[in-house]
Amino acid sequence: MKIFRRLLPWILLAIALFILPAILSDFRLNLFGRYFSLAITALAIDLIWGYTGLLSLGQGIFFALGGYGVAMYLTLNTESGAGGNGIPKFFENYGVDQLPFFWQPFWSPAFTLIALWLIPAIVAGLVGYLIFRNRIKGVYFSIITQAALMVFFHFFNGQQKLINGTNGLKTSTTELFGQLVGSSDMQLWMYRLTVLLLPVAFLICRYFTTRRFGDALIAIRDDEQRLRFGGFNPVPFKTLVFIVAGALCGVSGALYTVQSGIVSPQFMSISFSIEMVIWVAVGGRGTLVGPIIGAILVNYLRSLVSEALPEFWLFVQGALFIFVVVLMPDGIYGWFTGGGLRQLLAAFGMAPKSRTYPQLDEEVAALNDLS
Amino acid sequence: MTQPLLELKDVSVSFDGFYALTDLSLTLNKGELKSIIGPNGAGKTTFLDVITGKVRPTKGTVTFKGHSLVGLSEQRISREGIGRKFQTPRVFENLTVQRNLELSASPHKSAFNLLVDRLPVSAKDEVQRLMNYVGLSPFATTKAGSLSHGQKQWLAIAMLVAQSPEVLLLDEPVAGLTDEETVRTAELIKSLAGDHTVVVIEHDMEFIRDLKAPVTVLHQGQLLTEGPLEKVKQDPRVIEVYLGQADSD
Ligand SMILES: Nc1ncnc2c1ncn2[C@@H]1O[C@H](COP(=O)(O)OP(=O)(O)OP(=O)(O)O)[C@@H](O)[C@H]1O
Ligand SMILES: [Mg+2]
Repeated sequence: MKIFRRLLPWILLAIALFILPAILSDFRLNLFGRYFSLAITALAIDLIWGYTGLLSLGQGIFFALGGYGVAMYLTLNTESGAGGNGIPKFFENYGVDQLPFFWQPFWSPAFTLIALWLIPAIVAGLVGYLIFRNRIKGVYFSIITQAALMVFFHFFNGQQKLINGTNGLKTSTTELFGQLVGSSDMQLWMYRLTVLLLPVAFLICRYFTTRRFGDALIAIRDDEQRLRFGGFNPVPFKTLVFIVAGALCGVSGALYTVQSGIVSPQFMSISFSIEMVIWVAVGGRGTLVGPIIGAILVNYLRSLVSEALPEFWLFVQGALFIFVVVLMPDGIYGWFTGGGLRQLLAAFGMAPKSRTYPQLDEEVAALNDLS
Repeated sequence: MTQPLLELKDVSVSFDGFYALTDLSLTLNKGELKSIIGPNGAGKTTFLDVITGKVRPTKGTVTFKGHSLVGLSEQRISREGIGRKFQTPRVFENLTVQRNLELSASPHKSAFNLLVDRLPVSAKDEVQRLMNYVGLSPFATTKAGSLSHGQKQWLAIAMLVAQSPEVLLLDEPVAGLTDEETVRTAELIKSLAGDHTVVVIEHDMEFIRDLKAPVTVLHQGQLLTEGPLEKVKQDPRVIEVYLGQADSD
């Protein structure tokens, strides 16, 4: 059993890398690639919300920044997409004949690879530091992050001359290494990249949540003021973790963009950022594994429901959220690890009933140890 | 004459015009053990709030080793060496007993240190020793949230000791403890005095007697009197405001 648990991550990785591509159609595989990239965002939200208690409703900002970063690179570096003056065609529609200055560095692949996580990280650092320094907490934090999201949304939405406004940037028709990004070969590579980066994101989050740093995060969630009286300044902890989450969302957004084929201000819609939180709540916050499950499951369900009954998805999502919050406060994963399955089986007489006071037994055992 | 370690001068605290402390002056010398009593609402907790930076005095000065503490953040004051146990035991409910203590025992408290440093062996040993002392070793891996009230109380005290401050401010450390546990806590506190400077706030008279420390009586935000417990108990003003009440029920 123990060996199985140790091997499980490798088994899952092998399935994702070799089996899924073999059995799924290109279309389905691409969808799974998107779910996996969204799972990275779920991990980021778990880090800040699940562990640290910071309910951010503005992660879409960082997600979109990563997406725009990669899309700008691809748009610039696609010869066939260029208009008469050598800059992306859409600029012609607005009579722009000079590339805006902030596009310039995105000619460089190296810059782009760094920018797609560093720019979100910097924005997160600035926003986070200002909020945390001023001891803004709880609901106020959530409201401010949502307000920031709206500011970014409206900015990107309104700036046709800078980033094509509401239309966003299409990546599926761009080229990379001489190949169409939307081609199935390219998409397979993007899928593989995502499958490899998801565990990396997981390990990063695990690095920050194990050790005493992670304990301090939980302490911040439990009783931030008490932590101050212990000599700790919570501000750097919160800022750092918000930066890490921002960077992860950036990577997630970039991976999602190249697989969905477009980045647009819709990535910064209020509802999308709330959905991100729902994935984490459904999967189980504060567990790292849970949010991955949540993101994949909810988005898979979404695809299924949307294909069959498009107008029903929002109801299903709402119902799912309420169901989980009411009946599984620790999410699906928390419910499993907390013995939920056993209880369910027991209710149907298929497993022995669990002891009512497991804790009491522990204490008795502890006392016996003492004497 | 040597300078006192901690000194409050004419400190007043007003909450929207209501004075929780009025012109309170009090000194604390190095190595001293002092107990503070007073009826409910006397301002005892507020007194600790002022020292630890939770509440800013409306008027007056608070100096520690010759420099002012007023306006410093809670974490700065804590790092200066002033630690506090709250009236209701505040522990991190979702951390285990051991992790609560290890966090408190961290010698360096920056985010960076907590990320990359391992806890030194000496601190680990100290945590084990403390867990043994307060009888929480069997619960090392139990989440603090599921401890009983008395156990939380002890964990809170142990966390404060693990933090190894120079000055320990204990707000009602034995509330909710059994008689036996109370005696043991008194022993712990007495063993800390000398190396540390300790202030204990309590309502439990047995416990105060046990500590054999000079007593300061607060009443309506003011210092009523100071002295050994036996003498303080004879003071007619004290009898009137505090002990009289307590004895009559
Ligand atoms: N934040 C606050 N805002 C308004 N009033 C406050 C505040 N904190 C304390 N007070 C008031 O100040 C007075 C002194 O309170 P304090 O908590 O210091 O009393 P105490 O001596 O610790 O009492 P107890 O023995 O009940 O713990 C009380 O009347 C209380 O209501
Ligand atoms: Mg009090």
